[in-house]
Amino acid sequence: MKLRLGMGSCGIAAGALDVWDGIKEELEQSGLDLQAAPTGCVGMCHHEPLLDVIEDDGSVYTYGKVNAERAKEIIRTHKAGKGPLEDYLVSSSLQPNEFLQAQFRVALRNCGRINPESIDEYIAAGGYQALYKVLKTMSGDDVIDELKISGLGGRGGAGFPTWFKWNATRNETGSQKYLVCNADEGDPGAFMDRSLLESDPHSVLEGMAIAAYVIGASTGVIYCRAEYPLAIKRLQIAIAQAEEKGYLGEDILGSGFHLTIRIKQGAGAFVCGEETALIASLEGERGMPRLKPPYPSEKGYWNRPTNINNVETFANVPWIINSGGAAFAAIGTTDSKGTKVFALAGKIKRGGLVEVPMGISLRDIIFKVGGGIKDDRQFKAVQLGGPSGGCIPERLLDTPVDYKSIKATGAIMGSGGMIVVDEATCMVDMARYFLDFTQKESCGKCVQCRIGTKRMLEVLERICEGNGQAGDVALLQDLAAEIKAAALCGLGNSAPNPVLTTIEYFAEEYRAHIEEKRCPAKQCKHLITFVIDPVKCKSCGICAKKCPVNCITGEKKQPYVIEQEKCIKCGTCLEVCPTKFAAVSVD
Amino acid sequence: MNCCCQPDRNWEEIFKQDKVDLEMITGVLNKYRGEEGSLIAVLQETQAIYGYLPMLALRYIADELGIKAAKVYGAATFYTQFRLKPVGKYLILLCEGTACHVNGAERLEIALAEELKIEKGETTADGVFTFDTAACLGCCSLAPVMMINGQAYGPLTPDSARKIIRDIYAREKADQERGQAV
Ligand SMILES: Cc1cc2nc3c(=O)[nH]c(=O)nc-3n(C[C@H](O)[C@H](O)[C@H](O)COP(=O)(O)O)c2cc1C
Ligand code: FES
Repeated sequence: MKLRLGMGSCGIAAGALDVWDGIKEELEQSGLDLQAAPTGCVGMCHHEPLLDVIEDDGSVYTYGKVNAERAKEIIRTHKAGKGPLEDYLVSSSLQPNEFLQAQFRVALRNCGRINPESIDEYIAAGGYQALYKVLKTMSGDDVIDELKISGLGGRGGAGFPTWFKWNATRNETGSQKYLVCNADEGDPGAFMDRSLLESDPHSVLEGMAIAAYVIGASTGVIYCRAEYPLAIKRLQIAIAQAEEKGYLGEDILGSGFHLTIRIKQGAGAFVCGEETALIASLEGERGMPRLKPPYPSEKGYWNRPTNINNVETFANVPWIINSGGAAFAAIGTTDSKGTKVFALAGKIKRGGLVEVPMGISLRDIIFKVGGGIKDDRQFKAVQLGGPSGGCIPERLLDTPVDYKSIKATGAIMGSGGMIVVDEATCMVDMARYFLDFTQKESCGKCVQCRIGTKRMLEVLERICEGNGQAGDVALLQDLAAEIKAAALCGLGNSAPNPVLTTIEYFAEEYRAHIEEKRCPAKQCKHLITFVIDPVKCKSCGICAKKCPVNCITGEKKQPYVIEQEKCIKCGTCLEVCPTKFAAVSVD
Repeated sequence: MNCCCQPDRNWEEIFKQDKVDLEMITGVLNKYRGEEGSLIAVLQETQAIYGYLPMLALRYIADELGIKAAKVYGAATFYTQFRLKPVGKYLILLCEGTACHVNGAERLEIALAEELKIEKGETTADGVFTFDTAACLGCCSLAPVMMINGQAYGPLTPDSARKIIRDIYAREKADQERGQAV
């Protein structure tokens, strides 16, 4: 019997360190000689902390929402041969739960299965075999052919064929070339790359080593956001281990091929995910993008040919080499091959990290894998692609997840952020939220983005404040068209997408805000009032006690009253009013 | 005058309000001296030492590494990670990412601002807490989330967020009193 505890950032935030102490304590006290190891994230973040018990016959039992006490109970039950302990069981290898059933794991193949800080476990799971195969039996062209067959597209957002980029850099002359891994993951609300790096860093390193061999680079750089300290730490450990075992460094596996990989930490700028801005940042400059061409494959880092790929793109590569491009191409649709990892979050029951075959419908991801909407509320929209993407409404939920179909809705596949919202989310506010983000993150180099997004934000703000004017929607559309056509980089080009998709699919909400000064989702502060029903109020006074600005007054046996001028519309009174009274309402 | 790129002056005097021991970053400067493109790493490590980027240190980095002061200041103000003001002992980062936004992060902001009696971006007068925001902490499935000195907490309600702050404050107070008693 073995134990495995989920110790990704999400597991740790949910209390995995306490559980770890509990396990250690139990093993010490009982004198049990069990192997207990940390692992990354299997993706079931909604059940964290997660504990796996692996029986000697190989069957795996996964327990969720474990605390130190429960962990002890679980260990004892299994040890006594009375397992599994059904109360906390969330899945097992005999009977995978719905969350895992609909998934197909290529990039995440090892996540939550191996100890990310152990190269031996990675190797035991088939790791570094692809690199071995490439160095011993394949030429760069062979690898490119295999990638071409696989149909792998870049997972950083655009889905551009990976083989094409590698080939372009490979064909550049010059002795010095660079390979860059984009781990900036700027979409606020997405965590695929963090989880992958924390759970299986070697798969990314192996993918990078293969890429470097093909394009002819001897230096690789991972640009990782500084907000991901655990990912950085595990990458550092992985690099050191790979160097020690000879999978990185000089004369790798006796092939004469050298590669050193180092990590550069980002410093918090969304635009640095854009490849030319990323390069500027790597060179110690402000992260400002530049016009393309020349593409990084011609002039990149220090003006040398440079190939940049996303974390997930690299993680797919070893699998493709081992299983063959055709096996990857057999998954997915004609245009979009393979799988895609999504970070499911928002008002979803089972949030977490999922990897699904391309072509699955949005509905299946949200309702089958994700289990539907929190508290069984009404689904309203799903946001794909973050600040560059768009909101897709209920009636388009059967859209298959492939690059073309998603693009046809006005959203983009993006890097994998998938935020589900329910009826309590105002779509105008959602558009305002994203514009606020892009406006703040605009680097300021081009006018369209610097000033255009600011103008759009001002219009959205006045609509949310109840000062929207007739013609505002058309004005937004005009500005959007200008920005999309003329902005310098992808940040500006795509910034209007959240606004355009909400205008297209939720026109009625814009109309209600502008013409009736009403927010149908009851979220825009300036357009709502909280009131206490004098008949229902039982004068318990809890609202007055909790009100952060003390604007509720009343006394025993008298109904409480909200002083509207002072009210900041935070909604605390509505939340704390006991459900049996339900005296507070919002208009 | 809060820019460090004018020609030579008496910087010690001009930036006397954030007087720091420049010797503390000698190691960092030596480590990266001559390495092209290392400015951001230098700034990151400098911030790790002082907790922020003092103007005097920016000026010193520019002089020592032979980089234009305007470029150093430009990078320091471009990236959100860098701060030009000292931070409190506990740095609270409230997530403003999409998942946290739709799960009510704004109400946490109101609650925290009220509890701490400061607005976001500010530090409490006793220097215990700095209240700031982050674009996304990568724990989106635990939304809404905040991070205090690297430790993430979530999912939060306004009340549970207040309680976390109060607990830290109480511990801090107790430590101080014990310190004084000794
Ligand atoms: C504003 C902006 C932000 C981006 N952010 C990221 C990011 O965080 N991670 C990423 O891999 N790609 C990001 N990209 C895409 C990259 O520019 C680039 O296309 C990608 O890293 C290429 O890798 P791939 O071909 O493997 O997808 C961003 C693009 C833009 C325009
Ligand atoms: S959106 Fe808050 S942690 Fe990602």
